[in-house]
Amino acid sequence: MAHVATAEAHAEHDAHHHGPQGILKYIWSTDHKMIAMQYLFTGMFMGLIGGLMAYVFRMQLAFPGLPVPGFGLVSPGEYNALVTNHGTIMIFWVAMPVLIAAFGNFLIPLMIGADDMVFPRINRLSYQIFFISAVVILLSLVVEGGGFGGAWTAYPPLSAESQYNLTRLGASLWVLAVALEFVAFLLGGINFITTLMNSRAPGMKAYDIPLVCWMIVIASILFMLSVGPLIAGAVMLFFDQTLGTGFYDPTRGGDPILWQHLFWFFGHPEVYVVLLPAIGIVIEIVATFARKKLFGYKIMLFTAVATGVLSFFVWAHHQFIAGIDPRMANVFTVTTLLISVPIAELLFVIIATLYGGSIRLTTPMLWALAFVAEFLIGGVTGIFLGASGSDVYLHDTYFVLAHFHYTFFPIAIIGTFAAITFWFPKMFGRMMNETLGKIHFWGTIIPFNMIFIPLFVLGLGGQHRRIYNFQNFPELAAMQPIRVLATLSLVVMLLFQIPFFVNFVRSLRRGEKAGRNPWHSNTLEWTTESPPPHGNWPPDQMPVVYRGPYEYAHPDREEDYWPQNLPA
Amino acid sequence: MTNLPAALTIDHRAPEPRRPAKLIADGVLGTLLFVFTEAMLFAGMISAHAIVKSQAAGQMWPPFGQPRLPVERTAINTAALIASGVLLVFAHFAFRRSRRQALIPLLFSVLLGTFFVVFQGVEWAALLQEGLTLRSSSYGGFFYLIVGTHALHAVAAILCLAWAWLRLRRGLLTSAQLGAVEVFWYFVVLVWPVLYLKVYL
Repeated sequence: MAHVATAEAHAEHDAHHHGPQGILKYIWSTDHKMIAMQYLFTGMFMGLIGGLMAYVFRMQLAFPGLPVPGFGLVSPGEYNALVTNHGTIMIFWVAMPVLIAAFGNFLIPLMIGADDMVFPRINRLSYQIFFISAVVILLSLVVEGGGFGGAWTAYPPLSAESQYNLTRLGASLWVLAVALEFVAFLLGGINFITTLMNSRAPGMKAYDIPLVCWMIVIASILFMLSVGPLIAGAVMLFFDQTLGTGFYDPTRGGDPILWQHLFWFFGHPEVYVVLLPAIGIVIEIVATFARKKLFGYKIMLFTAVATGVLSFFVWAHHQFIAGIDPRMANVFTVTTLLISVPIAELLFVIIATLYGGSIRLTTPMLWALAFVAEFLIGGVTGIFLGASGSDVYLHDTYFVLAHFHYTFFPIAIIGTFAAITFWFPKMFGRMMNETLGKIHFWGTIIPFNMIFIPLFVLGLGGQHRRIYNFQNFPELAAMQPIRVLATLSLVVMLLFQIPFFVNFVRSLRRGEKAGRNPWHSNTLEWTTESPPPHGNWPPDQMPVVYRGPYEYAHPDREEDYWPQNLPA
Repeated sequence: MTNLPAALTIDHRAPEPRRPAKLIADGVLGTLLFVFTEAMLFAGMISAHAIVKSQAAGQMWPPFGQPRLPVERTAINTAALIASGVLLVFAHFAFRRSRRQALIPLLFSVLLGTFFVVFQGVEWAALLQEGLTLRSSSYGGFFYLIVGTHALHAVAAILCLAWAWLRLRRGLLTSAQLGAVEVFWYFVVLVWPVLYLKVYL
């Protein structure tokens, strides 16, 4: 009996470690690194689509009524669909899959010294569901009636009643795609948390785990705790659209504000769901390139937990003018301003780590520093929106939009480029070109600020978010040059993505060979080959951990780094 | 130094790192996390229901012309579901003593769970006859939404229980697998009294 069991275990082990061959390897693999690549490339593809959508509607705003090169005339319905799906795709199909799913899948097993995720087949299922959801959201753009145009927040009755939104199929497919996407991340989150809890290398205690893994796991917990009410709300919205129920219809006993509560109960923690992994990535990069021990490991960890807890009590600051009780607005103003304290603390720890370090300005480090600078602007402008007194005037203007992009652009775009340039050698075994990387960096950061600083000005000037053509409003039409400046900056920024793609593709084949540890970093993923083999390490050489992940420039050592797996 | 007996030498090396012990088996932990998310799903539905109920026109709940829910018959059904949960606790301890002893309590747990779902279905059929539908009012909408979501979970959990019973009969069931199925079924059993209190009463 025992022999049979062992033989079976061996067979299973072999099947697991060889997996499907040929082209199937790329579609049907349960290897966490392959799934990470699938998420990464799908996310980058969707990011390209989201960026081109921004190009089309920004061109309409700058040059209204003229055909957009490469697209043609933009109708008001198409404009709404583009704006809505730009937001939806950038958050749910770019920021989440890349930051959490791609880097979570790639980094967690490698950084904690495991051979794979705990549930590899659930992991594969997660990507497959995600892939279907991406197909559904793209399909929703081309069905009869066009894509859904009720903004990414999908407030009813506009989203619930097809006589208002005129996109019967598009709206239903939109809800369906978002719900499917949530199922995919739910499965992914279960995997991340269980793997971090149960599969760590011998010797790796709770405070020896690299912070990026903690951050992705805390983000997954936040996501899983907040997504339930939104799924409930999405099912109700879907029933209102397709079965004719009246959950959000006040004439039949429903309540449209209900959706706003259910949506923002998820929607606000969602900001921190994507922020925390990005901060984690920045921490790894800053500690490596400042060649200095992280200033406060436990401060960072517990601050992230505090942020997560607080994030569940701030959601109604999105609804200050939705007719909620003014006394409630006071409470939510206080909680919202409170949450800026832990976030500021996270940034202070990063700055304190830089202080006195021997900083190396490589491309990933530039991205990490840019994250701190740009996110700071996003955070500071958020104070005006969190305080109900000023939010009443700024609500639904371009000020909100610019604030939002100053938080999400650093998270989703800067954080992603930081991570890709930092872990590219580990993912593909070759270095990226630094010159092209720096051209891409400056070509992205400068136009980014030139897009969104003008939008702050427009917002303070009273420009409302959801207007298709500002020429019909004389006071707003006068600010047209600022709009043109923002649009031209966007075009420049999109053009500067070409060096990145050239660099990426060129480095895949012709980059300099990267060895195991090109950055002289401490964490476990740098102790294996680049790219890591199936199973990450040979079975008899699984790493063992002796110390925390940020022991740089230790006074007792000649080298300025001290990998986690070296015996004392 | 070299002449000292081995017991007297002090070993200055750090202890060899050990793999951290697993507090909870992988499958049980994964199911627990899943169940927490599901609990939030039900919390969302219940709070939406409470808000709409508190805003009902003239505080009429059920609204005018809508049938009253079968509170008494459902109480019996609730007892059946809880009994099924208790039997699963017996199965758990029987499994720890000797695996085969768990077969009978587990079987009856599955049967009582199935009874619950079938009985709910019969009730639904009667309510539909009386004019309570998804579209008839927000009262009906929330009733079918919340109870229906619970029924879907119950069916899924019963299928898992039945799978566990079949594996147990073939002697293949591990304690982690039983634990994961148990977590799922306890969730379905324990969330029901809350739903009963909020939706029926």
